[in-house]
Amino acid sequence: MVEEPELVEMAHGDGGRATRELIDGLFMPAFEEEHLSASDDAAPIAELSGEWMVSTDTFVVSPSEFPGGDVGKLAVCGTVNDLAACGARPVFLTAGFVLEEGLSLQLLRRVVRSMASTASADGVRLVAADTKVVGRGSGDGVYINTTGLGQTMPGVELDAARIVPGDRIIATGYVGDHGMAVLTHREGFPFSVPVTSDCASLWPAVETMLSDAGDAVKFMRDPTRGGIATALKEIAEQVPVDVILKEEDIPVRDPVRSAADMLGLDPLYLANEGNLLIVVHEDAGERVVSSLRSRRGVTAPRVIGEVVEGSGAVRAVTSLGGTRDLGLFAGDPLPRIC
Amino acid sequence: MKGVLTRFSDPDLGRSVLAEIQGKAEAIGRPLTFMEVCGTHTAAYSFTGLRDVLDDAVRLRSGPGCPVCVTPPGDIDRMIALAGGDHITCTFGDMMDVPGSGSSLRKERARSGRVRIIYSPDEALQLARGHHDGETVVLLSVGFETTAPAVSSVLRRAAAEDRTNLRVFSAHRLLLPALRVLLCDPEVNLDGLILPGHVAAVLGRAAFEFVGAEAGIPAVVAGFEVIDLLCALDCLLDMVGRGEVAVKNRYGRAVREMGNPAARGVTSRVFEQCDVQWRGLGTVRGGGLRLREEFAAFDAAPLVPDDEVGDADPPEQCRCGDILRGQAEPGDCRLFARICNPLRPSGPCMVSREGACSTYYRHHREESLHG
Repeated sequence: MVEEPELVEMAHGDGGRATRELIDGLFMPAFEEEHLSASDDAAPIAELSGEWMVSTDTFVVSPSEFPGGDVGKLAVCGTVNDLAACGARPVFLTAGFVLEEGLSLQLLRRVVRSMASTASADGVRLVAADTKVVGRGSGDGVYINTTGLGQTMPGVELDAARIVPGDRIIATGYVGDHGMAVLTHREGFPFSVPVTSDCASLWPAVETMLSDAGDAVKFMRDPTRGGIATALKEIAEQVPVDVILKEEDIPVRDPVRSAADMLGLDPLYLANEGNLLIVVHEDAGERVVSSLRSRRGVTAPRVIGEVVEGSGAVRAVTSLGGTRDLGLFAGDPLPRIC
Repeated sequence: MKGVLTRFSDPDLGRSVLAEIQGKAEAIGRPLTFMEVCGTHTAAYSFTGLRDVLDDAVRLRSGPGCPVCVTPPGDIDRMIALAGGDHITCTFGDMMDVPGSGSSLRKERARSGRVRIIYSPDEALQLARGHHDGETVVLLSVGFETTAPAVSSVLRRAAAEDRTNLRVFSAHRLLLPALRVLLCDPEVNLDGLILPGHVAAVLGRAAFEFVGAEAGIPAVVAGFEVIDLLCALDCLLDMVGRGEVAVKNRYGRAVREMGNPAARGVTSRVFEQCDVQWRGLGTVRGGGLRLREEFAAFDAAPLVPDDEVGDADPPEQCRCGDILRGQAEPGDCRLFARICNPLRPSGPCMVSREGACSTYYRHHREESLHG
């Protein structure tokens, strides 16, 4: 006899017995958090001193599991990396789950465990959580919102206003892996691409780098939706300066490049979930790259371009010496990738 | 295969061929204008930076080779009307934002949730199979000689299964007759043509012989990697330098002399040539494909509420028509990047990734506006 798969039912969201079973049976064992209590409306956290940063993000990736990650891991890494990009050590996390009626509890268990192990690897503690259930067809599997609280590292001043011509741009990893992995893993996609998402927490690498390079690091961005091109365009317009990228120096994996070519996409606009753009003083490029090398989550640290005087343009110099503009992403964003 | 493609994008080889090309162009001593007929080439010459590097010596003009761009306003409105109907509509992603007279497929999707983006015509058949209750699935089918064989093959399978809840709205266009019309236009003044590698893979090099004979200019069939793009230019410059008028093939790994007869065969069993409107070119005799009588049961055209949809005029001031004939560059259009952009396109050349305006907007916006 085949056992019926356990599914999320509307009763799991009724706030009564079934909700309690879901929390006690599935969420609490995964997180093992003393702060989490099924019965309190709010959680006390230890006295906060110094400067803190807060970041929130909602994750609706489809499919919920993809090569290299799942929505749970993504929900932790996404918020952790947003804090890391601001130079803040991620400490506390809250999570809100929206579950669709009919979701497999097994899948939910995998997602929650993945979330818990990703958070604990960085020493991040889940301090509050919430679950709601929506009717079948009103959602798609599982959506997760996370809010992170991070403590600013002393002596670090990350500010786009510090960016000046001459500064170098560093990318910590291969470009476009996440976007391509999720896009091509969708049900019914006509071909497969041997690539896994780069979804990873970059806090440990950032912490080491900031301790090593300190003042030389001027600004960071987490180039998720819209890819590195859009993130750099936003930086360039904010300052304003121009950014010149050397296309040959931008790390793109061959399968990502080929598949992007076939689909008419530019890897520089594909989403990343384990990549940081770092603007550093012109003398510090190689030093920062060495500090990043072989850190967890860092796949291909490289200087990919530099800042020049200008009014907000981003240009790529191709291998033939020609240039092309890189504007803000415009057009059809790929369906839900994060 | 990877090794082969890597060779065709080798940067060192690319730089050395580029230097040769620049030398040859200089030796000819006058600025030349070549047209890249195919939208994929338009995007590739910009993406690789070649258009930018060569600008002074060789001016590259875009042609009518983007199927989304050449679809006339009337057909766009018919497709939007179909999407507003009581069935599931599927389309390739590029069509979603093309503005019709009052709506777009994207707006219809937001309204009804019944418009799907597909990557292969096969997905339309799978959708039709999935709807056992007989709900109709309409495939909005756009494309040149290259896309038609795959759609034909899907329709033959649908016919074998008697799956008449699949319907096709054919906005297919044939590039060859349109190219003939274009080259007869006395206003079109070109020194050479870069011929579309994908279409040539189906039709064969020999099908383009008329270019030399009728237009008196050299032409070359080109592939899409950096080295392909360069070799095509090199070949054209050699011919111009020698005063030679011929049609050469520099995409031998994909294009045969007589093309792919099997692909043409499957298309001709399902479709027949017809006279159609092309944006920019007007009526092109034999420039389109319609379903043969035997496949009438699969034709979505009768589902269009015809009384509501006429042949709309292109938007005022939009110069997509001139751009598709190589008579204007995107920067010549007053709407370009001022009013017309990929988020709010006025015309189709701003929509398709392979449209000239979209390509120039993405890669050459500043110089197009101020150059």
